[in-house]
Amino acid sequence: MDVSIREKKQSEQIVTLIVSGEVDAFTAPQLREKLMPLCQKMREVHLNLSQVDYMDSTALGVLIGAYKQLRSRKGRLVLTGMTPRLKRLFRITGLTEVIDIEEDGA
Amino acid sequence: MDQTKDIVLTIPAEAQYVGVVRLTVSGIANRLGFHYDDIEDIKLAVAEACTNAVDHAYKELECQGRVMVTFRIFGDRLEIRVKDEGNSFDIETVKKKSGPIESHLPFTTMRERGLGLHLMETLMDHVDIQVGKGVVVTLTKFIQRDEVDRDVNPPAKTESHG
Repeated sequence: MDVSIREKKQSEQIVTLIVSGEVDAFTAPQLREKLMPLCQKMREVHLNLSQVDYMDSTALGVLIGAYKQLRSRKGRLVLTGMTPRLKRLFRITGLTEVIDIEEDGA
Repeated sequence: MDQTKDIVLTIPAEAQYVGVVRLTVSGIANRLGFHYDDIEDIKLAVAEACTNAVDHAYKELECQGRVMVTFRIFGDRLEIRVKDEGNSFDIETVKKKSGPIESHLPFTTMRERGLGLHLMETLMDHVDIQVGKGVVVTLTKFIQRDEVDRDVNPPAKTESHG
């Protein structure tokens, strides 16, 4: 029951975070700490979620916060590697309509 | 109802222990014959109820609280009761703030909280919330019997009896 986050800089303005494990109320603060500073300085933040086994509403809240931060600076949050489970979670909460989701290989 | 068959789990009201409830309910639901997707739904809904209790119940109170989770098994369903003895809240106010993200509204008004109750209500067949001295959330999920799958592969079933 842990989360690990790996950072991969794509260019001066684009960064990818590869998240793996379980993101819940206990581990979401780790994601927030890593994600928010990047959302304050990068133009694009990509989150690869293909290795996320579990995500709850606290984790979704962190993503919404990141999305709002980037959007307010005309930046972009992109999610990749969405498992069927995560897609379902995003559909139910209405986030599919809001946050950019890229299919694999796109 | 024969209460001796209830499974009861009490955790300290801290986020790190919600994972224990998740593992437990996953084991129970698996044993009852729930499908993978249903088990994942139940896990998330129960965790949301526990997280709410952890987040809100004992805030501003001196004591370190506990969350009691009771799993009650029926022939056709699993009922999970999540109970705390901390601060109660106005359920109507919470319900008004709950619901999916509305994409037509300006992004600055997007809520970062309030998705938990919406998830519980969507993922479970029935959700009941009682507010009194503390909060009791009762979540119910019916077991879907797998008639369709059985019809799809009838030869495999008959052959296995040879």
